[in-house]
Amino acid sequence: MKLSKVVELLEAKVVLEEYEDMEIETACGADLMSDVLAFSHSKTMLLTGLTNPQVVRTAEMTDIEVICFVRGKKPVLDTVQLAKEKGIQLFYSKKPLFESCGLLYSNGIRPEQLQEIK
Amino acid sequence: MSSKKLIEEQIERRNFKKGGEVSSKLKSLLRKLGVDTQVIRKISIITYELEMNIIIHSEGGKITAVIANDKVKIIAADDGPGISDVDKALQAGYSTAEDEIRELGFGAGMGLNNVENYSDQMDIQTSKGEGTTIRAILNV
Repeated sequence: MKLSKVVELLEAKVVLEEYEDMEIETACGADLMSDVLAFSHSKTMLLTGLTNPQVVRTAEMTDIEVICFVRGKKPVLDTVQLAKEKGIQLFYSKKPLFESCGLLYSNGIRPEQLQEIK
Repeated sequence: MSSKKLIEEQIERRNFKKGGEVSSKLKSLLRKLGVDTQVIRKISIITYELEMNIIIHSEGGKITAVIANDKVKIIAADDGPGISDVDKALQAGYSTAEDEIRELGFGAGMGLNNVENYSDQMDIQTSKGEGTTIRAILNV
């Protein structure tokens, strides 16, 4: 699915002025960054209610290129600056995490394949 | 191939604002060296977890990364307080982090687990009251 379609479904707003309309295949919804670091293992989109710069750092380390903040949360300035520097696209949506994930799933976005914990 | 030091950086206790800078620097260096992207991803996650661990749990420390003979070794050495129960610390979900840390999205008890899962070899040397040194080795 194109990112522009995701944006439309989530009624999301872009944080930085322009965005690259890339293809989104998988998504993950999490507020625990350690879980994102543990489980996320393919290029994916992150939906989260956390807005601090560590969210962008987590995305950077796991090669996540798109983050959408849910529950109407807007990222703090440090987060936006870091995302700009790292080329990570930011959006925000008023929808809660559960609804956002449900909308994307029912329109064909798949979950990531989770790695087993040793 | 001779060994080459990639980074050697001090990490400050509780400096969350800088959290991830060292891992980010290492990631860019590995990209320039042309290391496989999946391996870079693993190294980045390991280094980031170790960096955040030093920030969250220790009195400060140092992260060193060395590349030699197709292996990357990451060494995270801190100045205490040491891990009192290593087996417990390695259990998924076990964490001693406070609420302030959890609000940042960390302290879910996955940190050392992630380091272990993503490395080809890992060892922990720790002494209560003195410090902890974690070595993670990956084949590149």
